[in-house]
Amino acid sequence: MGQRVLMKGNEALAEAAVRAGCRFFFGYPITPQNEIPEYMSRRLPEVGGTFIQAESELAAINMVYGAAGAGARAMTSSSSPGVSLKQEGISYMAAAELPGVVVNMVRGGPGLGGIQPAQSDYYQATRGGGHGDYRTIVFGPATVQEGVDVMSKAFELADKYRTPVVILGDGMMGQMMEPVSLPEPLELAKLPLKPWATTGAKGRRPNIINSLFLDAEECEKHNLALQAKYDIIQATEQMAEIAFPDSDWFVVAYGTTARICREAIQEARAQGLSVGMVRPITLWPFPVNAFEKVVERAKGFLTVEMSLGQMVDDVRLAVNGRCPVRFFGRTGGMVPSDEEVLAEIEKMVEGRTR
Amino acid sequence: MVDKEFERPKGTEIVYERPKSLTDVVTHYCPGCTHGIAHRLVAEVLDELDARERAVLVAPVGCSVLAYNYFNLDTQQAAHGRAPAVATGIKRVLPDRVVFTYQGDGDLAAIGTAEIVHAAVRGERITVIFINNAIFGMTGGQMAPTTLLGQETTTSPKPTGRLAERAGYPIRVCEMLSQLDGAAYVARGSLSSPQNIAKAKRHIRKAFQAQLEGHGLGIVELLSSCNVGWKMSPVDALKWIDSHMVPVFPLGVFKDWSAAGVEAARLADSGVAAG
Repeated sequence: MGQRVLMKGNEALAEAAVRAGCRFFFGYPITPQNEIPEYMSRRLPEVGGTFIQAESELAAINMVYGAAGAGARAMTSSSSPGVSLKQEGISYMAAAELPGVVVNMVRGGPGLGGIQPAQSDYYQATRGGGHGDYRTIVFGPATVQEGVDVMSKAFELADKYRTPVVILGDGMMGQMMEPVSLPEPLELAKLPLKPWATTGAKGRRPNIINSLFLDAEECEKHNLALQAKYDIIQATEQMAEIAFPDSDWFVVAYGTTARICREAIQEARAQGLSVGMVRPITLWPFPVNAFEKVVERAKGFLTVEMSLGQMVDDVRLAVNGRCPVRFFGRTGGMVPSDEEVLAEIEKMVEGRTR
Repeated sequence: MVDKEFERPKGTEIVYERPKSLTDVVTHYCPGCTHGIAHRLVAEVLDELDARERAVLVAPVGCSVLAYNYFNLDTQQAAHGRAPAVATGIKRVLPDRVVFTYQGDGDLAAIGTAEIVHAAVRGERITVIFINNAIFGMTGGQMAPTTLLGQETTTSPKPTGRLAERAGYPIRVCEMLSQLDGAAYVARGSLSSPQNIAKAKRHIRKAFQAQLEGHGLGIVELLSSCNVGWKMSPVDALKWIDSHMVPVFPLGVFKDWSAAGVEAARLADSGVAAG
């Protein structure tokens, strides 16, 4: 780890990407993530990289497709409406098995929505988002430091599994300033070799990057191969944090919402309530193993999101009826307060239904 | 296959063979289709430029979606219309490679209009082969943005064919792109006759030179036949290119990075146009 510096979330993520070997960024302006392309536009030329402000989100993600297929570490970033547009390219990248990183600083939706923080793109991010049977690895960091840390991991896993990786932040994380330790820059020469990349068929058979399988049997075979890869990712790449694992009750939250919940949990514990937290860091694969560690002793879970209830579905699947799962959320850019969360914790402990 | 079995008699020389940039497979194209000619012209130019081993093709969605089976080149298959964006990504990573897209009229001039326009705006050092056959072939003969007024397709049906009041007018891509500063070479050729095919090849070579010499985007539009979609015999379809398409899509060089190039092309064109 290098020196500790004070940085805005968006800029810290951008710098972390550069240090992870990203030399190609393609983006399109949308609030609240504009500091990422702005930072990249001045930073990448310093390290011999390329920044392009694309004509659209569609073009940007397809530039990532081309650059990734040519062997580079490439990235794009956007916010909710823009990420909807990128889904075509993300589906193609997953199908053609191309690595790449997509940052989504989620804002309120649906439609144009608003520019305040939200978590209402959870379904889109964790269910693939575009058409077809596929998943993307999804990180939901809770602090600027964790965003920096998962950025390195995101590029590493993207290359390892040849699959697109999504970092799901929110407007709050992008805009807030926090002290961060940045990792030492990776040496490009030490990045994994990509013999599958389209670099010109010199002295070998042509490399073809493709997602077309007109024969249904072939297409099913391709899907099964992708699924086998996703099974490995599910088994090996789950990340979560458990706070107070010996508690009776648990709050489940990710991203900046988890920080609000942490406050509420501290207040609840000060009142003598036995409350802990399960905080998913990977949203896909969903960290079911973390739930297994606490579910047998848990009396109930309270899922808190900046949405009307999306991750709570995964919590219910992980808990699988073994105890009650409650939900509290604000949406459209509204942020739950620690008082609201504390009130929900109290209701859960008291067994009140309303 | 034939090459291996065929033993060349002594004293003879090969004057015509498969370009190294093409694979030895039977294509899926309909009998009479001009895609095979376009593929061959591009492959011959790549061979002549000694570019096969540093070329990267971006294949489109449409009839030529399987181009990666026919070109003996590294290839990325792109989403519908996005080939110029994919090519941009490739070229920026590998600036010394020869990157080109091969796109039809639905791909380039309908769903991918923004991508081709802005690749030209940025002056991307890529080459674009644009097949204009005035119809969506792969999907069964629907109206394309380049479908002529009055032309019957499955979505501009009898009795009127394409009606301007309902479906607007055919788009002239070369005329439009030639207005952009980043486009270095813009030309329209035709695959309707041996004479035109020879000229089309010169356009293609020039469009690759624009890239190799770093001048900007080079695009060649090739007026092509779709005899099946047009419901004509192959011969009638070639005649229809000359009689119906050329008046709407005039042949020639619309932009050349060197004024001398424009003048030379104009002189060459005038000779053929009279014929």
